[in-house]
Amino acid sequence: MTKSSDKSLKTPQLLALVLCRVLIGWHFLYEGFIKVLNPEWSAKIFLLDSQGPFKSWFLWMANNEGVLQTVDFLNQWGLVLIGASLILGLFSRVATLAGALVLALFYLSHPPLIGVEYMLPSEGSYLIVNKNLIEMSFLIVLALIPTSQYIGLDRLIFRSRRK
Amino acid sequence: MEEKNKKVELKTSAMKMDRRDVLKSLATVPIIGAFGYGMYKKNKYYETLNSKLLEELDFDIKEQAGLNVPTDKKIRIGVVGCGGRSTYLMRSLGFANPDYIDNQIERAKTDKGWQERLENFIDQDDMGVEITAICDVFDIHAEDAIKAGQNIYRQGSKGKMGKAPKRYRTYQELVRADDVDAIIIGTPDHHHSPIAIEAAKRGKHVYCEKPLSWTVDETYQVRQAVVDSGIVFQLGHQNRQTDSYHVAKSIIEKGALGKISLIETCTNRNTPNGAWVYPIHPKANPNNIDWKQFIGPAPWHDFNLERFFRWRCWWDYSTGLSGDLFTHEYDAMNQILDLGIPSSAMASGGVYFFKDGRTVPDVLNMAFEFADRDLSLLYTATLASQYERPRLIMGHDATMKVSNTLEIVADADSTKYSDKIKSGLIDPGKPIFTYVPGKNKVDAVTTATEKYFAGRGLLYTHRNGKQVDTAHLHLREWLDCVRLDNGTQPSCDIHQGFEEAMTAHMGTVSFKEGRRAYWDSEKEKIV
Repeated sequence: MTKSSDKSLKTPQLLALVLCRVLIGWHFLYEGFIKVLNPEWSAKIFLLDSQGPFKSWFLWMANNEGVLQTVDFLNQWGLVLIGASLILGLFSRVATLAGALVLALFYLSHPPLIGVEYMLPSEGSYLIVNKNLIEMSFLIVLALIPTSQYIGLDRLIFRSRRK
Repeated sequence: MEEKNKKVELKTSAMKMDRRDVLKSLATVPIIGAFGYGMYKKNKYYETLNSKLLEELDFDIKEQAGLNVPTDKKIRIGVVGCGGRSTYLMRSLGFANPDYIDNQIERAKTDKGWQERLENFIDQDDMGVEITAICDVFDIHAEDAIKAGQNIYRQGSKGKMGKAPKRYRTYQELVRADDVDAIIIGTPDHHHSPIAIEAAKRGKHVYCEKPLSWTVDETYQVRQAVVDSGIVFQLGHQNRQTDSYHVAKSIIEKGALGKISLIETCTNRNTPNGAWVYPIHPKANPNNIDWKQFIGPAPWHDFNLERFFRWRCWWDYSTGLSGDLFTHEYDAMNQILDLGIPSSAMASGGVYFFKDGRTVPDVLNMAFEFADRDLSLLYTATLASQYERPRLIMGHDATMKVSNTLEIVADADSTKYSDKIKSGLIDPGKPIFTYVPGKNKVDAVTTATEKYFAGRGLLYTHRNGKQVDTAHLHLREWLDCVRLDNGTQPSCDIHQGFEEAMTAHMGTVSFKEGRRAYWDSEKEKIV
């Protein structure tokens, strides 16, 4: 990183973004592992509780055994991989985009719209914007302002590619 | 020139993997380590908590296994009374009216839930039975039952059908038929015992809908007839098959609740259908209903469609809330706690909402005392409010909420759990134990999400993908005993039925006579 360059991040900016990346990674990793460790976990109940404009699509996922198995697998190992990748800063660009996509799906299946209620009450109060949406937008920021090539294993790849 | 130099410089620095590069590349790796450690600690914490609590609760789970006798030997069944309940029971046996299947297929086209239900029905275990005889006093119901009985391939109206069951005009003729091994009784209450007695005398096995009897006297007679004949008898309390009740029984036997002093049960409904105001068949008339036979042992009344279709509203044919709905609650508690017949009963209530000419109350409160057990059982019911109240077994050390799932909350002033409460291991404000059927392990500590869904009975249905029909299991248990043919009786046998009916009658006697009714256990009489 060239300190004087306008396009580059200042060290505090970079560190703040890396902090965001690591914390979001931690969240993904734990959400993934907790599902992996529970042999009875399935996304089915969550999907069946879907509301909003895409409800029927999520219900189709829940009621289709083959699709559900894939959804479950991706929810377990997908979250683990995204989390690990964000923390380590390895293939972070793919991970941030995949993470944003996953969160967008979570959001769309349970959008906090006016008059819409869910079986499981949310842990906060939301109107249209909820934590999934905020976390998703952060991942988009991280995808656009990559940090892993400065701090993270991507730095090694980045360097060797430039050889 | 300067530009070129810069590029070269960049290139060389890129090629060098200096210490700074390595540090910056690996800077976040320790976080994975911290995460792993945190994850391990958290798991360990809940594991220890769970094992300590389970150790304290000290019970093993006895889930239902079922007798599972092979079904190769065909059992020939006669169905007496072919209204709503028998239609359901026939489906539980695998026989549905083709029109019903057509309707299901139509609904399944647009709705996954209906599709699943249809598939569940089609995939339901073959019970190895044949419906050979039908008896109903209403022609249309009888014809519908015949159609269901011959639908052996579980198909729609265009499908292939089997041999039609024979229709008998009276149950006396049906139980005499040679091609009937066993009967299902799904008639109004006032016919239950007479039909069961007649069948027992002819050596036909009986599955009888609850309640066992309409009058006190019949209760002795039907018990005598069943015991003397040695037939296999099952009373239709399908909740005997509910997994959670079996688990509740084993947990309570281990003393998890301490001394139990009070049980609270209730019924809450708030629809005309729930209050027995059933639809009247538009084609029903005196020409297609054998009214005299419907009246049977009841006091005479002129032909009346309301009385025929909504018979539960009149004492003339019904046992009211006590016989129809309290019996479910009582039987559940009798199954879990082996209560037996109470020492006394007090009842009150009235017709407070459905002023439609009915004689049975729509609000009923009953208090039963079990003197030898030092406990009371309360039943309160209204057909005009469906506010849901839990079914509770209340002990000195803990209270158990019983439904398809179980939940135990320790009492803040419990003796048994006082040390654990002091040490903070048990929080009396939170459940110390939850049981969700279909989960093969017991958890003292489950996540908030799981508890939430479990409390609403959601995990059961969705996790296994299939909804288990308890009536199917209850019929299966009865048929298994018939096939075993070694004196084995099913879980809701005639003696359990006797206790159920007598308890319900005690409540009714108390209500009708406006006094406390007592049970003389030596003379086996209500006094």
